[in-house]
Amino acid sequence: MPADTFPVEAGHVMAFARAIGDFNPVYHDARAAAASEVGGIIAPPTFVQASAHFDDDYPLRPRPGVRWFGSGRFASGTAEADRDDGATKPASDRGTGLHAEQHYLYHRPIRAGEVLTLNVSPGATWEKQGRRGGLLTFREVTIDYVDKDGDVVVSARAVSVMTSQAVRD
Amino acid sequence: MGSSSRSFDVGDVHSAVVVEGLTRTQIVQYAGASGDFNPIHTDEVFATQVAGYPSVFAHGMLTMGMTGRMLTDLVGDGRLTRFGGRFTSQVWPGDTLTTTATVTGLDERDGEHLATFEVATANQDGVVVFSGSAEARVDR
Repeated sequence: MPADTFPVEAGHVMAFARAIGDFNPVYHDARAAAASEVGGIIAPPTFVQASAHFDDDYPLRPRPGVRWFGSGRFASGTAEADRDDGATKPASDRGTGLHAEQHYLYHRPIRAGEVLTLNVSPGATWEKQGRRGGLLTFREVTIDYVDKDGDVVVSARAVSVMTSQAVRD
Repeated sequence: MGSSSRSFDVGDVHSAVVVEGLTRTQIVQYAGASGDFNPIHTDEVFATQVAGYPSVFAHGMLTMGMTGRMLTDLVGDGRLTRFGGRFTSQVWPGDTLTTTATVTGLDERDGEHLATFEVATANQDGVVVFSGSAEARVDR
């Protein structure tokens, strides 16, 4: 389950903007942002993706009590790693989950300091034979990010795809 | 640093380099900021030996984030009403990406002027890695 709530913190917005190479002061400089057209620090257009941090069960982050599938001394899923940590489940039979599409509708900018509530609606699932990645399974999900007045601020529709092998360009 | 809008005409083509020689460090930075620590993006050992890729590669959402920066620089802060697209090819360390936004329409809705754009981000070989569209409030 995605997070129920997403507190939008100024430091998080700054770190996210840096990571996408966007040094626009409206994302990190409170004084400059206050003097700008939007009147305060806002989040970049793709920031809601970072709500994953507030999802307790998000699988793409190491979590307590769950074996992580990245490498330590050896790459997980290799025979050496299995001997090293006694694990039996190889990682290599999983295929790879990739992001295929992302679509946002913006009703107003997200502002630092507000707390958004997530309203998640699963969409369609379908399969397709891929040219490069074997059998592809697509899954759609829409998340509405709702403010304290109950208004949708951003609606985010994602399509992810599970490939049965590594994608070859 | 887009802070105010400008006027657009249908057919206008705007483009900007959004990253020059993408570093593994920036991919790691994006993993930390977004919370997506999938090792195919950040763990060369895992990406090559287990997942079978030639190296780590960027999150699609990093490419979309950099693409979004080009759009907000173009139209101004907080003016996007819609932004979406498909991830059409992988982005690798060392890639240089250029985003091109073409004005495809000008509309008026509820008293606001809106411009629509066709958006494409391509690598140094001209391969499109993100393909989509956007709409923004403009002054006229």
